[in-house]
Amino acid sequence: MDLRDTPDEAAFRAELRGWLEASLPEEKRGWRGGSQRFDDAFGREWSRKLFEGGYAGLTWPKEYGGAGAPYSYQAIFLEEMARAQAPPHVGVIGLGMAGPTIMVHGTEEQKQAHLAKILSAEEIWCQGFSEPDAGSDLAAVRTRMERRGDVFVVNGQKVWSSFAHIADWCIIVGLGDPDAPKYKGLTYMMIDMRSPGVEVRPLRQITGEAEFNEIFFTDVEVPASNLLGEEGQGWQVAMTTLLHERGTLGFALTAALEVAVNKLLDLARERVNGDELARGRVAQEWIELQALRYTNYRALTTYQRTGIPGPEGSVAKLRWSEQNQRLTKLGRELLGPEGLLDDGWWHYQQLRSRGNTIEAGTSEVLRNIIAERVLDLPRSR
Amino acid sequence: MDFSFTPEQQELKKQARAWLAGRYPLDRDFDAPGDDAWAELAELGWLGVSVAEDEGGTGLGFLEEAILFEELAYALYPGPYLGTIGLALPWLGADERRAVAAGEARWSAEVRGFVPWLGSVDRVVVDGSAYEARGEELPTVDPSRPLGRLEHGDGTPLPGSRDVARARAAIACEAVGVAQRALELGIEHARTREQFGKPIGVYQAVSHALSDTYADVELARSLAYWAAWCVAEGDEQAAVAAAAAKAFATEAAVTACERSIQVHGGTGFTWEHPLHRFYKRALWLEGFGARPAQLRAEVADAVLGAAVTA
Repeated sequence: MDLRDTPDEAAFRAELRGWLEASLPEEKRGWRGGSQRFDDAFGREWSRKLFEGGYAGLTWPKEYGGAGAPYSYQAIFLEEMARAQAPPHVGVIGLGMAGPTIMVHGTEEQKQAHLAKILSAEEIWCQGFSEPDAGSDLAAVRTRMERRGDVFVVNGQKVWSSFAHIADWCIIVGLGDPDAPKYKGLTYMMIDMRSPGVEVRPLRQITGEAEFNEIFFTDVEVPASNLLGEEGQGWQVAMTTLLHERGTLGFALTAALEVAVNKLLDLARERVNGDELARGRVAQEWIELQALRYTNYRALTTYQRTGIPGPEGSVAKLRWSEQNQRLTKLGRELLGPEGLLDDGWWHYQQLRSRGNTIEAGTSEVLRNIIAERVLDLPRSR
Repeated sequence: MDFSFTPEQQELKKQARAWLAGRYPLDRDFDAPGDDAWAELAELGWLGVSVAEDEGGTGLGFLEEAILFEELAYALYPGPYLGTIGLALPWLGADERRAVAAGEARWSAEVRGFVPWLGSVDRVVVDGSAYEARGEELPTVDPSRPLGRLEHGDGTPLPGSRDVARARAAIACEAVGVAQRALELGIEHARTREQFGKPIGVYQAVSHALSDTYADVELARSLAYWAAWCVAEGDEQAAVAAAAAKAFATEAAVTACERSIQVHGGTGFTWEHPLHRFYKRALWLEGFGARPAQLRAEVADAVLGAAVTA
């Protein structure tokens, strides 16, 4: 056990910190998240800079344009990005989900066509998994993928798809064989978002802005060469995507949480000097941030040792989402009557946080996963 | 960055788990007078873990002791290991350490006016001096951990120093052991107890409570091990890490036991079932020394700067 950086890790951290200092304009710090991720033109420019600096796809193999670095480097990268309050690479779906899935299940041609462009932000990706009647129950998707010779004809509707309105490509799970048993009829493919018949409609959220979209597919013809995995293997391929979503997610979430906790500490220094109870609540948020951080470190060590994500990692998203809701509400509260005003930060973050326990696996589904896969309790269905 | 125990440390954990399961089984008579197996602990080397080899110890460190604190609590060990190793040891000189490692001396220390195990230890540390263990012993919520009011006689100065972080990290590790056991008992019951024709673990009202406990235990474990590492390394964050770990882990242990009692239904409320023993130990750990609210105030001072009082 040694919780310090190794000499190599420390050198990487110092170099990255210096690079961020030099490369990120002061006025672009203090990233708010939400629709800023795609509406700010700086996003793509910044992503390109990260790529040129060698910081996109740190853990990707060198043959696909990555740095081939251990996962601890990705963790350091996310920590330093949070410290600098830097905007992330705009291609999060490509980097975290589409890319790793293509690496595992893609053909050589598919890898050559997409992986480098994901890193450089030339291709932005979105994800089409959820449907109006298939949320937590992914295997219930109904978007039809009908084979006609060398093409698949796709009809259906996807929902909660962030980045879809600026995306070039979409990874999508649909129903290839409606007569197959559940889980066996699913097919997974990549769709060019500029194909005729693809329509994107922004979904306005409780924050007032539209981060997510609905995607409608009407007789969209997709070449069979865009399949990822075989027909009928959609479930297995989707599990690869979701495993990667959860893989380094813990660090990304904790990095974002650190920014929020630091804001809370600043606010508390200004507003709650003598109130022991309020100070204690603020301290609790700091304590739970450390608990998540060191839980991530434990999970990372297990992952680097065994190649299998440790069971501790399943806790990260569940507890991050609840903590973000609690602490953003506390921020509003500490502001007193001013907590009702739209201050550009707490107001937005508190409303946005309500989505945290729903997106990327609801808390209910995550508790089921812990109960069944970690605690080995009998399955509820 | 490496946040895992070495193979040797994992082996120690496994051996401790196995030995304690045999020596302190869950179906033992908890109401019989406690037996602290002190000579056996000395034989196992557990009393001299961080004592140097030329003083009769094994020359390891606090991380190995942290493992033992967790495992002793997991088995609900009744003796004054915490008093001797967690509270008193940093104060002691070479001769006293030698006696501890050999199993010839049980120690405790006065904390906020109380001396745990006053009636069963030999000597007590108060502010850097050693005293004979004399005074009135009072029963507490945890019958295996009485607290006493020391009758101060003549003190002998000790050469060591106070290490609050070490004591708190030790208690946090004990809390993790208690919480883990309460969780496992709950899981076992939810798997086997059937109602309405199904094991109750299929009902999400039951299973989700256990999932929440699991999350609490893992977060508590991370903080406790972080604190233990800081103490072992003399890291500058040791004080704040230990305060955070004791606050979070002891609250997690209390909640873990409460949820487990609920999952057990009426059985969990009976004297016969061992669960209440763990619950009482958790309450003791939470209340001994600084309570969570006081610890959070310390953490607030560390991360916000001290409050300016008007």
